[in-house]
Formats: sequence, C-alpha cells, structure tokens
Amino acid sequence: MAPTYRADEPIPSEDRTGERKLDTTCYMCACRCGIRVTLKDGKVRYIEGNPDHPLNKGVICAKGASGIMKQYSPARLTKPLKRKAGAVRGEGKFEAISWEETFQILEERLGNIRATDPKQFALYTGRDQMQALTGLFAKQFGTPNYAAHGGFCSVNMAAGMVYTIGGSFWEFGGPDLDRAKLFVMIGTAEDHHSNPMKIALSQFKRNGGRFIAINPVRTGYAAIADEWVPIKPGTDGALFLALIHEILALGLYDRDFLVKYTNSAELVNMDEKSSEYGMFVRTEVPVEEGCFDPQNKLWWDREADRPVLSHAEGVDPFLMGEFALKDGTPVKPAFQLLKERVAEYTPEWAAGITGIPVETIRRLAHEMGVVARDQRIELPIAWTDAWGHEHQTMTGNPVSFHAMRGLAAHSNGFHTIRALSILMTVLGTIDRPGGFRHKAPFPRPIPPCPKTPSTPLAVKPNTPLDGMVLGWPADPDDLFVDDDGEPVRLDKAFSWEYPLAVHGLMHNAITNAWRGDPYKIDTLLIFMANMAWNSSMNTVNVRDMMADRDENGDYKIPFIVVADAFMSETVAFADLVLPDTTYLERHDVMSLLDRPISEFDGPVDSVRVPVLPPTGDCKPFQEVLIEIGSRLKLPAFVHADGRRKFRDYPDFIINYETEPGSGIGFLSGWRGNGGEKTLRGAPNPRQWEMYAANDCHYHYELPRSYQYMRNWNRGYLDWAQRHRLTRYAEPILIHLYSEVLQSFRLAAQGKGISRLPPQRLRKRVETFFDPLPFYYEPLESQRTDTAKYPLNAITQRPMAMYHSWDSQNAWLRQIHAHNYLYVNPKLAKGLGIDDGDWIWVESQWGKVRCMCRFSEAVEPGTVWTWNAIGKASGAWNLSPDANESQKGFLLNHLISEELPPEPVTGTRCSNSDPVTGQAAWFDVRVRIYKADAAEPEQTSPQFKPMTTPPGVRKRPKLWQALFGGSSEFDMSHTGERS
Amino acid sequence: MTQLALVIDLNVCVGCHACVTSCKEWNTSGLSGPLSDFNAYGKDPTGTFFNRVQTFEVGVYPNTETVHFPKSCLHCEEPPCVPVCPTGASYKRAEDGIVLVDYDKCIGCKYCSWACPYGARELDENQKVMKKCTLCVDRIYDMNLPERERRPACVLSCPASARLFGDIHDPESEVSRAIREQGGFELMPEWGTKPANHYLPRRKMRLHLHEDELVRADNPLKKEEYMPKPDINEPTLDDVMPW
Repeated sequence: MAPTYRADEPIPSEDRTGERKLDTTCYMCACRCGIRVTLKDGKVRYIEGNPDHPLNKGVICAKGASGIMKQYSPARLTKPLKRKAGAVRGEGKFEAISWEETFQILEERLGNIRATDPKQFALYTGRDQMQALTGLFAKQFGTPNYAAHGGFCSVNMAAGMVYTIGGSFWEFGGPDLDRAKLFVMIGTAEDHHSNPMKIALSQFKRNGGRFIAINPVRTGYAAIADEWVPIKPGTDGALFLALIHEILALGLYDRDFLVKYTNSAELVNMDEKSSEYGMFVRTEVPVEEGCFDPQNKLWWDREADRPVLSHAEGVDPFLMGEFALKDGTPVKPAFQLLKERVAEYTPEWAAGITGIPVETIRRLAHEMGVVARDQRIELPIAWTDAWGHEHQTMTGNPVSFHAMRGLAAHSNGFHTIRALSILMTVLGTIDRPGGFRHKAPFPRPIPPCPKTPSTPLAVKPNTPLDGMVLGWPADPDDLFVDDDGEPVRLDKAFSWEYPLAVHGLMHNAITNAWRGDPYKIDTLLIFMANMAWNSSMNTVNVRDMMADRDENGDYKIPFIVVADAFMSETVAFADLVLPDTTYLERHDVMSLLDRPISEFDGPVDSVRVPVLPPTGDCKPFQEVLIEIGSRLKLPAFVHADGRRKFRDYPDFIINYETEPGSGIGFLSGWRGNGGEKTLRGAPNPRQWEMYAANDCHYHYELPRSYQYMRNWNRGYLDWAQRHRLTRYAEPILIHLYSEVLQSFRLAAQGKGISRLPPQRLRKRVETFFDPLPFYYEPLESQRTDTAKYPLNAITQRPMAMYHSWDSQNAWLRQIHAHNYLYVNPKLAKGLGIDDGDWIWVESQWGKVRCMCRFSEAVEPGTVWTWNAIGKASGAWNLSPDANESQKGFLLNHLISEELPPEPVTGTRCSNSDPVTGQAAWFDVRVRIYKADAAEPEQTSPQFKPMTTPPGVRKRPKLWQALFGGSSEFDMSHTGERS
Repeated sequence: MTQLALVIDLNVCVGCHACVTSCKEWNTSGLSGPLSDFNAYGKDPTGTFFNRVQTFEVGVYPNTETVHFPKSCLHCEEPPCVPVCPTGASYKRAEDGIVLVDYDKCIGCKYCSWACPYGARELDENQKVMKKCTLCVDRIYDMNLPERERRPACVLSCPASARLFGDIHDPESEVSRAIREQGGFELMPEWGTKPANHYLPRRKMRLHLHEDELVRADNPLKKEEYMPKPDINEPTLDDVMPW
C-alpha cells in the first residue's frame, strides 16, 4: 500500500533519491515536442514537457503524458521473427531468430536484387520522420520504389501550396496567430501540428482574435470557434472560389502585394494557335532557366500604355484588361484570367454546392477583406526587397488560415488548395505578420529544384539511382516515365496518371505489386506503416493480396519485411519482422534535410537521445539500414575500398556529408570541428553532446529583418544562398497563375515542346492541368449512384490519438476503446435509426456494421467516425474480445484504392487526385440502414484473432497498477479481481 | 484563509485530455498512487482517474456547441463528502482547503461518493479505497522541485493553458481576477457546497461590419479602368469643321 495523507500530519515528501532527468524528443505523435524524462533507479517515473523547448514550451498532450505506457506496452515486439516453415502468410506463426541470421537473409536477398534489377526492391515507410535516411538508402540501393506516407496523408496540401506560394502548412509554415486578428480553419487539421496549435489558438482567443471553423463536423478545435460554418465534404474549393469572386468584385484585394510579389500582372500569351498559348510572354528565351523564375516576363504599363519588363522601375502595371503586343499577339495579365475564371463562381453558385447560406459566404469574404485591409499591421522593421528597394516597415494583413487533410484527402484537393493559396495571396497575407509564415528551409523556388530521374535508364544494377527518389516536376520532361510515357515506379508516381505525385502513392503499392502492373517486385519492406489495417484503403482485399499466391503456390509478392515496434495487424503478413525500439530507446534526428521543427523566426532541428536501453533484442531501424547499407556496400555507407564507413547511426549522423567536404549533414547545429559553425561546416565529433546539452535542439534565430517576406527578401535570400539552403537567391513570385500546370496541358493538347502523354490519358491531363483553380465534383461521386449512396462519410482523429499509433496504450484506450458512427438525428430518424442502434454503413465497395451515435454537431448529409480506433481481433496484443475489435470499426473497408473503371475505356486508376496522386479518403459515398435485430451485436467484418508471436509478453491479468520509477509494475497490485 | 482551487477556462479548452493522462501519470506513481487499471488490454478497460473530460453537445444543428468539460474534485468549501465519512478518512485541510482521503482510514463504504453531487469521487476497485484529486498536494509543496513545477500536473501540461491554479480567497490572485472579470461560475451552487473550483464560460467574438467599409475611395479596382488614348490619326472634329 502506498503512503497516505493524514489530517494531523504534514504532507510527506516523495523520496527523490536515485532520480535523474534527461531531455529528449517525444514521438507519441508527429509533433516532436521537447520532453523531460524523470528516471528513478533507471525506470521512468514520469515524462513532462520541456519548458525550454521552442515547440511546446513545457506543455505536453494526452499522448505524451502516456508515453510511459507505450514503453511498457505488452504489444511490443522484442525479437527478430521469421515466418515458420510451412506456415501460411497472414497466420502470424513465427519463430524467433538472431539478428545475424536476419541480416544474412536480407543481405543475400537484397544483394541479388541489387545486382540484377534494383527496382524489384520497394521500401515504403509510414510517418517515420526519417525520410532523409530512408530516402538515401533507397537511392543508394538504386530503386525508384520508395515513398513515405505523404501520398495517403496530405500531399495535396504540400503540392497545392508549394506549387503556388513556395511553402506549405505544418512543418514548413503556418498561421501567425500571435498577430492575426481573424483565423479561419477549414476541415480537419488538428493533428498538424497539435500542441503548438493549441498553445497559439488559446493565446489568440485570449487576445481577442476571432476564430471561424469551416468543417462538416464540430469537434476538435472547431469546438471553441466563435463561429462554426458547416460545409459539405469535398466542396471547399467551391467556397474558396466564391470568396475570391466576392473579394475581387468588391476590390478587397491587396493590389500592391499582387503587383510586386506575384505573377498577377505578368502578361499571358492568349494566341490559341501558338505553341506558347497560356504561357507567359518572355522578353528573351534564356539558354537555361535553371530552377527559378527569371525576371523576363512583361507587364502592361498603366501610364505609358505599353508593355514593359516586369518589375521595371517606377512602373505600375494593369492587373486587368486585354492588350495586344506589337506583333499582334493578344495578351492578358494573369489576374485578368483569374477574374474571368471566378466570374461564374458566385456566392449563389457556391451556396448550392457547399450548403453554406449565400449571405454567410458573402459575410466571410467581407470579414476577410476588411480585416486584412483595415487592421493592417506595420512593424518597425526595415528590410530590403529582392529588387533593391528599401522598406521602412514590415506590413501585415492579419488574416490567417489553417487546413490539412480535410481539404487534401479529396480527389479535387489539389485545386481546392490552390484556390485557398490564392485566397491567402489576394488578401496579401503570405509570409507577413498576422498571416501565413514560412519555416526554414522554406520558401523554396516554385517548383523546388529536386527532380527524380526522367528515364528508366536511371535504374541500373549495383548502381545508385541517378536522381532523387522523390522530386518536383517543373514540366512534362521531368516525369519519370519510359519512352512510351509509361511509369517507371511501382506506384506510378510522376507518371502521366499522377504527374505531380511528389510524395508517391504508397496506397497503391501493394495492389500494383500484387497485380504486376506496371511490374512485379520481389521484396517489399514496410516500416512503421500499418498496411494490413488503417494505412490501407480497401483493407480486406489488401490483406488478401498480401497473402495471395499464384498457380504455382508462390506468393504474388514474394517477400515481405515489416519493421515495427509493435504487434500491428501488418506483422502477421510478414516473412521477416524487424523489432524496432521505442522513441525512448534510440537516437533520432529531425533534420533540415527532411521535416525539421523550424519556427517562424528561423531554422530549428532536433534530436532524440536514448534515455533507456533497448528492450530485448530491439534494434533501432536506423541501425538496421546502416548495417544493411554497409553489408551491401552502398557507396554512401562504405569507403572506396569497400570498408564500412560508419560504426553506427550516431556516428553516421556526425560524419555523413551530402558529398565529401560539402559541410552539409543531417544536423545543422554545432558543425565545424569545435561546434562553431551553423548549417554548414565540417563534422563535429561532439555534436550529439552539444545537442543533448541544449534541450536536444538547435535553434537559429534569423535577424528580424529576415523573418518575413522571405520569398522576396534580399537579405534572407542571400543568407539562405550563403548557407546553402538554396542554390539561387532569386525572388520567388507567387504562382497565382501556374505555368507549370499549363505546360502539362499544352502537352496533352499536343502543342507543347516537351514529350506527350499516352493517348488514353490526354483528356485527363488536359482537364486537370488547368493553370487556374477550378471546381469539380470529387471523382468518386462522379462515378457513384448518389441516389443510392447519398451520404458523405469522413473520419476525424480524436485529440488523445492524433497522429499516433497507440491503441495498445492502457490509458489512452480508456479514453477511446471503440468508435461510433456519428449521425445527425434528423437524418437517422428519417431512416428509423435510434441512438445506439447497430447499423450497416454501405458503400459501393463494401459494408461495415457498427453502432450509431446521434450528434447535432454534424452536417446532416455527412456521417463520420474517429479513425483508426477499430482494430483487428488480437492485434496489438489486445485480448481478442477487446472493444477495439468487437465494437470498434474501420471506415477503410468502405473505401477503395481504385476508382470504378473508366466508363468508356475501362481503364483503372487510383482513387486519388489526378494531379498529385493524393489518396481520396474523404470522397466515399455511403448509405446507412438499421441492422437486423437477429444480427450479432458486434462490428463486421471480423477477422480470425491474431496470434502472439515469440518475444511478445503476456498481457497482465485483470488488474494492473503502474508504479513508475520502482519496478515497472507493482505486481502486488496485479491479480485476479476479488 | 487560503483556498486553493482550479479555474478552468471553457473558452479555450479543446478537450485534448492532456490533463487526464498527465494527472494519471504523476499520481499513479506518487504518494496518492497507484491508480489501478482493470482489463487494461482487454474488454471494457476501466481504471482510476482523478480527472476526466466529458464532452457533450448543446443546441440543435446548425446552432450546436460542442463543449469539453474537464471535471475533478472541486475541493468544496462546504464539502458534503467529509461529514458523511464514518471513519474520518475524508477531511478538508485547514491551511489550504484541499480535500483529501486518508487511505488507511478509508473502508471503501462509498458514502462520500454518494454524498458528492458532482460524481468526482471514484473508488479504486482494486485497493478498495476512495481516490480523488489532491491538487497534487505532493507536488505543490515539494521544495525539491523547481518553483515552476510546484503546480498540479494538469496545470503544467495543459497546452491551451485552460487551467489556472491559485488561491480564490486572495482577491489579487490570477484565479480570483479571472472569476471576477470573466464570469467565473460554480457548478450547481444550489447545493450549497461552495465548490472552490470554478469554470469560465465560452465567450464569442463577433465582427460587426458597416456597409461603408465595403466601399472605399481607394478601391484598387479604380486603377484598372483602362482608358486608351485614341490614335492620333483617328477622325476628329478638326477634319470636318473650320468653325
């Protein structure tokens, strides 16, 4: 029994002998807060937020404070596992093996693949935040088949914004709530990122800011919004276009900003016969444009009434109108084309699509425009722009926005997000106080410079890939296709089907490999992604594909390797399991080469350092990659003579340079022999210690005059170039009008000077590569009988599970052990469904039985549930009758990874955005009906309970009482219920 | 006399449950622990928590509010749980007003939980003693902790800083000022329990636009009025009339 409090005695003090506090970085979700772990006698006593960390400033969330239960979770894998001889894949029958045997298996298999056809090896990773290393490994191996989870998460957000403003939300930018007066959040976005957003939002509200939430569902942060505007899913683009319409019609846009900092005033060639139709008119065609926009476009001078070089001194150009060049070429400023585009997108039109009353749409536009214009901020910060003009103040129009998956996870998401970026731009809010602000290493040129190879010849035996594994196409010649225009990659990213698939299409990798379209592979390595469950669409069939065999009895995907710390559903489908450590047991870096934790005021990167030794035979995945890389003699991991270059991962982090002597490595802080250099410098043998001594992060605060307007800030651009963040120091004009998209459209029309799409895809590319945003109904709706399936079905994530993988967590699962389908009572009652009833949710793809819960906080045409609460029976070492599998459900069963075949041609394509390949999770259409009273009160589908592999400990019996810091669990409190 | 309390700002609480698990984490291994869990990895998991967040909806679509409502022992100034305790295990501290339970005296009879109108007390079904929020009394006076950390775990963790902590009897304290100026209210005052914890209500910020604000002399559209000068050779009156 624990000590107690007595009325007549002072409060006893906790014995703090043997206590130690160690700083590291959280990994309970993707936020990466600084944490302080208090150990007592080598065991975790508690974990708290690090008050000296710039990201979370001492706070911690529900997940972070439950990290201790992740560490001691019974779902942990502790031994390398090999599928038992004779066992069928999916049964989960394993034998424990040694790491040496594991490495031998991998070395032999991967060595053969690399020596013959490197693309037969595919590496797909979940939300790992170590893409700098996993991507390097794939490139060095020589396979093009690599991606992380971005393609099924929010690539539309990344691509839509980066191709427009040169930056995007979350790691690379966000709303400046410190100075904003009006904040608009659209769609589910709470987990990107969560603690900093909570801190900022509460401060914003306390400072008197106005917060509007536009979302089909009122949950998450929308709960504390001053106004909730319900909207039909997938129609956000229509809303933004109508807002732009109203803002343009009333002149509520920031003209000065548009003229100087965007391509609005640049003249577009309107000669339909020209091969340059829809492209900007250039004064001269440079030999090599490089990776930036040369200042060789034209404006139409308002005073002199003639074309002049853009940004000519003292010239004020027209934003609207139509003109003719001397040679007769008709031209229009880009802004005129935007005006024409939105002419028909009236608030009345949008009201019918979005379900938002027309007067509300108008008022939203007025609020945004008037606040941006009349509450303008002038900070006393002098700066110089890219054209050499000095400014005495830094101007801000204090309207800011935030959005993420709610907009992104639709097949029209790319254009929706382009429209949002343009709305933010016409309000003059980009990288300004109170608006949207970039975080290093962004802004990047539009599009950013990295490119994949553009030919299958880049994939060669025993040779690294000749190009980046992921990149940013600038025109059709950058696509990664063969001479027939067909994909080189397994997931068909960067092909004509999904040309700007900048994060890949992980959600199609298994289906494509199983079908052998575009080709079969040999080995699939999955790291930290639950592809047999919540990370896949069409989960039931994807599970079958993973276990499917051909007529010879061979698996269609011959070898599957799974690296994970926990006994996820996917583990059962592995031939080889690599047990990863928890975040408390390893080194990690949050690198500027990947997704750092930069602040608005400058670059920040950070590290994890182990506070506990690895459990059992767990090995950090980073160590696994370095070991395999060394054994396979991948050039980055060995000396010229083939000797291993790096002892281990910490050694790699210190000594790896992007090229010999480049001075650029994974960590930007304390470079140089003595730690005296920033961003660039020789390897520093004491770099880890220096990070550890500085709360595990390095924060470079830019001078105030470099902290804003970075697309066009001479000081910042020169600084970024000098520190090699960028190759060019040219201004990054906002692409209100996208010439990149137009170049693809021209190719589809057979007009361009680049290569052309295959005939079957020409119409598709021509339609969706519109240089200006447009609204179209999500593709799945277009191919669904919406009379039969009238409802939209979406998911959100509860805050205690944001971006996490913690169904196995004893405390968090007490908050959400199962999920309901939330239904507006008006809708439900019309269908004879009552609160708590068992119901069927059915799409054209499948059906799920679950429980209904009434909610007045959902738009009546939408039903929704919490994502990833439902689990397969026995997975994550939960008991087979746990609520997660018996009452919890997964909406993924209703969502297909492919669209219904094209009606005329019968061609298949991914259920994705046709520009970016973003998985269209939120497009699914469903109907609901009451389950028969005779049916079991259990969710459907059910799966055979997963068996527990060797090395996974037994679940505690009934009672469990944690005494952190003594033994892991006080067993005297663990026993049968009396 | 001091009365320590929490003041919880419903205007900024997003219902993230950070207070729930940080409380559990601190207290399960602290002097009030353990906070046992039953069926932690099985069916219907349930355990002892000192603090829970309840979420409910108010109003009818589309005028719906989603309210996140964190609730723990309110440390009443007239705690009904104390006089009903047959063993004297439940008591209220004179020096700071915190209501505590002496586990050694508690016989698990649940009278106190029946008497509490707020449902704030939970019996630890494993140990069979009544457990509840202590305002982290083992933290707030622990001179071995840095001063910043001498606050309840839930207050330190809260990302929205929705939880204020202090002495509601001191009119100059942050909590008293918040109650006074922001409409702080008690739960079910009609019970006469005088709960020390208070809540701050939702507050709405609206923007009122005058139609004049949509029409301005400096409207940028004016700059787009295109008035090209006619060609010098186009016909004029000069061509036809000498006057």
